[in-house]
Amino acid sequence: MSCLNFNVSHVLSQLNLCQYLPFHRQEIMKWNGWGYSDSRFLFNKKGQAEFTGKRYKLSGMIIPGLKEWFEGTFGANLQHKSPPILNSSAVRPPTLNEAFVEELKSTGVPFSHDAEDRVFRAYGHCVHEIFALREGRIGRVPDLVVWPNCHNDVVKIVELACKHNVCLIPYGGGTSVSSALECPSEETRSIVSLDTSQMNRILWIDEKNLTAHVEAGIVGQDLERLLNESGYCTGHEPDSMEFSSLGGWVATRASGMKKNIYGNIEDLVVHIKMVTPRGVIEKSCQGPRMSTGPDVHHFILGSEGTLGVVTEVTMKIRPMPEYQKYGSVVFPNFEQGVACLREVAKQVTPDFYLIFSSGHALKPQVSSIFTSFLDGLKKIYITKFKGFDPNRLCVATLLFEGNREKVLQHEKQVYDIAAKFGGLAAGEDNGQRGYMLTFVIAYLRDLGMDYYVMGESFETSVPWDRVLDICQNVKARIVHECKERGVQFTPLSTCRVTQTYDAGACVYFYFGFNYRGLSDPVHVYEQVEHAAREEILANGGSLSHHHGVGKLRKEWMSETVSNVGIGMLKSVKDYVDPNNIFGNRNLF
Amino acid sequence: NTIHIFHHLMDQTTKASGRAGPEHDEEFVDILEERRRSSDLGHALRTFNPHPYRGAPPCSTADLNKAVLESQYLRYVIAMETGSSEEDVREEARGILEEMSQNLQLRFIRLMGYTLTKVFKRLFTGIFVNMEGLATLQQAIQEAPVILMPNHRSYVDFLVISYILFTYDIPVPVIAAGIPLAGMKMVGEILRRSGAFFIRRAIGSDKLYWAVLSEYVKTIVRKGYAPMEFYVEGLRSRTLKSVTPKLGMMHMVLEPYFKSEVFDITLVPVSISYDRVLEESLLAHELLGVPKPKESTAGLLKAGKVLQEDYGTMHVNFGRPLSVRQLCQGKINRCQYNSAPRSKNLPQKPTEEAQACVSWLAHLMVRIQDEGSVISPWSLMACLLLQAPMAVLAEEGLPWERLAERTLWLRRLALDCGAGLNWPGQTPDSDVMSSAVALHRSVVYRRAGRVYLLQQEEPARKRPISPEEAVMRIATAVLMLASYRNQSLHVFARPALLATALHITKSTQRDELFACFCFLQDVFSYEFILVPGELSQDFEEACVLLEKCGAVHISQQEVTLSDMGLEALSFLRALIQPFIDSYQVMFRYLSEEGDPVLTEKQLVPAVRNRATKLILSGELRTYEALSSDTLKNALSALQRLEAVTKLRT
Repeated sequence: MSCLNFNVSHVLSQLNLCQYLPFHRQEIMKWNGWGYSDSRFLFNKKGQAEFTGKRYKLSGMIIPGLKEWFEGTFGANLQHKSPPILNSSAVRPPTLNEAFVEELKSTGVPFSHDAEDRVFRAYGHCVHEIFALREGRIGRVPDLVVWPNCHNDVVKIVELACKHNVCLIPYGGGTSVSSALECPSEETRSIVSLDTSQMNRILWIDEKNLTAHVEAGIVGQDLERLLNESGYCTGHEPDSMEFSSLGGWVATRASGMKKNIYGNIEDLVVHIKMVTPRGVIEKSCQGPRMSTGPDVHHFILGSEGTLGVVTEVTMKIRPMPEYQKYGSVVFPNFEQGVACLREVAKQVTPDFYLIFSSGHALKPQVSSIFTSFLDGLKKIYITKFKGFDPNRLCVATLLFEGNREKVLQHEKQVYDIAAKFGGLAAGEDNGQRGYMLTFVIAYLRDLGMDYYVMGESFETSVPWDRVLDICQNVKARIVHECKERGVQFTPLSTCRVTQTYDAGACVYFYFGFNYRGLSDPVHVYEQVEHAAREEILANGGSLSHHHGVGKLRKEWMSETVSNVGIGMLKSVKDYVDPNNIFGNRNLF
Repeated sequence: NTIHIFHHLMDQTTKASGRAGPEHDEEFVDILEERRRSSDLGHALRTFNPHPYRGAPPCSTADLNKAVLESQYLRYVIAMETGSSEEDVREEARGILEEMSQNLQLRFIRLMGYTLTKVFKRLFTGIFVNMEGLATLQQAIQEAPVILMPNHRSYVDFLVISYILFTYDIPVPVIAAGIPLAGMKMVGEILRRSGAFFIRRAIGSDKLYWAVLSEYVKTIVRKGYAPMEFYVEGLRSRTLKSVTPKLGMMHMVLEPYFKSEVFDITLVPVSISYDRVLEESLLAHELLGVPKPKESTAGLLKAGKVLQEDYGTMHVNFGRPLSVRQLCQGKINRCQYNSAPRSKNLPQKPTEEAQACVSWLAHLMVRIQDEGSVISPWSLMACLLLQAPMAVLAEEGLPWERLAERTLWLRRLALDCGAGLNWPGQTPDSDVMSSAVALHRSVVYRRAGRVYLLQQEEPARKRPISPEEAVMRIATAVLMLASYRNQSLHVFARPALLATALHITKSTQRDELFACFCFLQDVFSYEFILVPGELSQDFEEACVLLEKCGAVHISQQEVTLSDMGLEALSFLRALIQPFIDSYQVMFRYLSEEGDPVLTEKQLVPAVRNRATKLILSGELRTYEALSSDTLKNALSALQRLEAVTKLRT
């Protein structure tokens, strides 16, 4: 596996006696921010940026340049701090369904109505969710948390919920960025959060068929680590893989950065078992493909917890790659970079290569903050000799893995194509660094929020012929909307192409702004994101590539899938869950 | 919502164009003043350092044409053409492009600048430009592709915007022009190198031509290295009155926004107003059926005599830049273009929604051009002169005192209606009016305290003139006068339609009045250009204006006449009367004509003959019924109302 992930899991197993997620996640994880409690960015007494903890490669390191970037990009000032207000006592007492609780006790499934446990499961990681938590504003939270240990526990819980008309909200890794975990304020029934984290075993590995049967509560890093121990991997690596769960991937149609080699979640699953109010749904065999009417898996994939709980999944696995190589290419501008990616997607068979990112580099892009990307000589070479404009530069980072010979062959092929688009190879280190950053970027937002800076990323998928225009227009729209709404400092508004397909690409937008002087920054943020999403749709982008719809993007669903489409989805919901037991009200 | 946006817009333009008197003079600066003080050559050779959109690098003609020819869209269209080989079609496309394309070169801008300085200084006492408008334009050009949309009242203004922008370090525009200009020896090439590109007049269903033209226009808009200038009215107005806008070019220009190829497009309406128009008598003759001479360089040189005269001042008013994105909010669903690949949407006809939006925007631009135009005292005087019986005006004249008094009265009415008046504040009113009459000695003259209509002397007559010829001689002067009246027509159009409705219906009920107002607007839609879909606002506006000048009282349900406002009402009615009378001549002719099928070519002269007879018999008072423009507008209106149909033969 990649150097970074190896380290993460390795360090983790030494640090924590409990390798898996504990019942009370708040013991090791932030309840009002991203990730592990011990890992965070801060500005130390000398005003230098530092990343705390011991879990990551970057941990314990001083990050030169971050302060300047932070102040320069956002107009932020270290004197102006906006620390979180810690106040978890504002939680309303639970509304318990006594009969349900009584019967639950007799099943022996552990549960809790402790305030901290409940608050932890009431939110995902949208800006407004985290911001509210930091301000100590806590809305409707689940009334009870249950921790089933296996498929049969889930069957029992769902039966009881149906019997006593209790609302169930499945909870996996909690990394949602679509308001999917928010408890509907109009829900009057008792809400039970069904935490799948204890269903985290690999039940079997089938070396013959190269599949693994896994409980759906397992989180990405545990799944990879356990498979690696047997010499296998799934290759599914979403940015959230440290915390997001297999069940969550299935329920949101997740995508990983190595999808060009291994495929997206829908390509990786062979068999799914889900518990619904109507009973258990699963296919009768593990056939690799079937022609048996519409694929019922596709009712489950992307159902976002509205139909039931995914309990077990059979996934394809692959032997760990024999050889890995990072790389990076600098392009004179974003347009050339995109043109190159398009060409690569056309020419290179996707088996053994990966391109995962291309973004505006030096100035706006986040990666530049950690290290001055182009040191001395190289910078002079690129900017002076080749006539690159440092403000328009763009970097693509690459990861090749597989058979050594083929990796080298593909590497050459990719660099040859890049050269045709004016790209210069910029070394393995930069590629690796870019890859590593993926996991710590999420921590950065918390640092911003300490200093009046609010930020978020959101994604879309778009045909190739619209990539450049959508990037240009959405970025412009963000800047424009901020101005309209009285944001005093020019916001950060940038983008990356993160995935390539035959027919298009996945594009990420990054938006951050200094909210000093705004009375309701979250509202401003939401308006800008809303406008940006409208712009995305008007430019031929999709509602979501892999984050899902949740409640955040519900309003656009009918125009996205048509009224008939919504009707189809609703009729499935009506049949499977007529009493809306799975009442998180996502999707429609 | 629309209403709100519209009013907001109007407020803004009102402010931007600095209407209503006193500040007016402060805001406009005479750009010729500096030319009179410093070297013309120095000006032509000045360092030109513009800031284009996003710092876009200049795009050479060759690069631009290459980008157009190699565009996916054009390649697709070429491949779709059947009948001849692909190579032939490509050659044809290249030919079209060659004929069309501009070849903007700074050297020629300098040459043009030098020449125009000489010409302008001779023709005009001043060219007044609103500097604030220029400053906002300079800013706007850096933020989004800009479309300059001037009105077109004289050949003189063809390069005036380029001239001003060159003087103030703003990127010089590429300009859409009619193909006849390209045919002029030398001049065509000079215009081409000054940024003009040439469009054929009757394109019809020539798919390849449409494709080349639209790709050419869109590429320029997308690249944004230079603003694009075009006349939304499609041509030079022969009557100095706004013309119903053409939608083809407008649609091409807007499409890059509709299809999300650019973030936004900025429209900048520009109002060019003249004290006196060079072509005045030429135009009148043309309207009376004397054919327009073909544009030729020799013709231009013959115009030398024209250059000896004084044409007063020219006002160029740059309107507030308008964001297409903002204007189209809620009017265009850009998602409709998402399912087709970007390069291949030839067979797709624009949707009704898009057509409606384009039409709305085009009309809106005309309205803003109107609002931004600067009205001269002479135009007000022309309104009044035309209301006198023409025979009397020609033979007995009008007492000067009476005219002066009425003009001052009309000035108040015009200001009440929100006109942007160019009435010098420092000069005594009587001098202002005297010099207006003096400037227009080609139309009227003043003798012994009376004002007379000038009838052009024809040299060396062999025989006495016939009554018909006499009518034509008066008509020439009347149509010139009518053109100057037309300069302020838009100010009074709405209240005048309401005044007429009040008179016709004899009703006080709002709904009845509104119905009649709509009917009149419908009939005269080619005379008074109103924004489609905003009739009820126009009606409200008319009510408010009439109340403001004391002519009516308005309540929830009723509009009642006020004794104080009879003068205003009768003036306003009389303003519309020539149109009513002229249209009636046309209607009567058509309904009395036995043959239900007539050719267009015969119709106008035939109706003109009929009108001449009616004038001679004293049954028709207005000479405007002789104008081919009025008659053609009447025909178009009938066509639109489906009273007549056009058969293609």
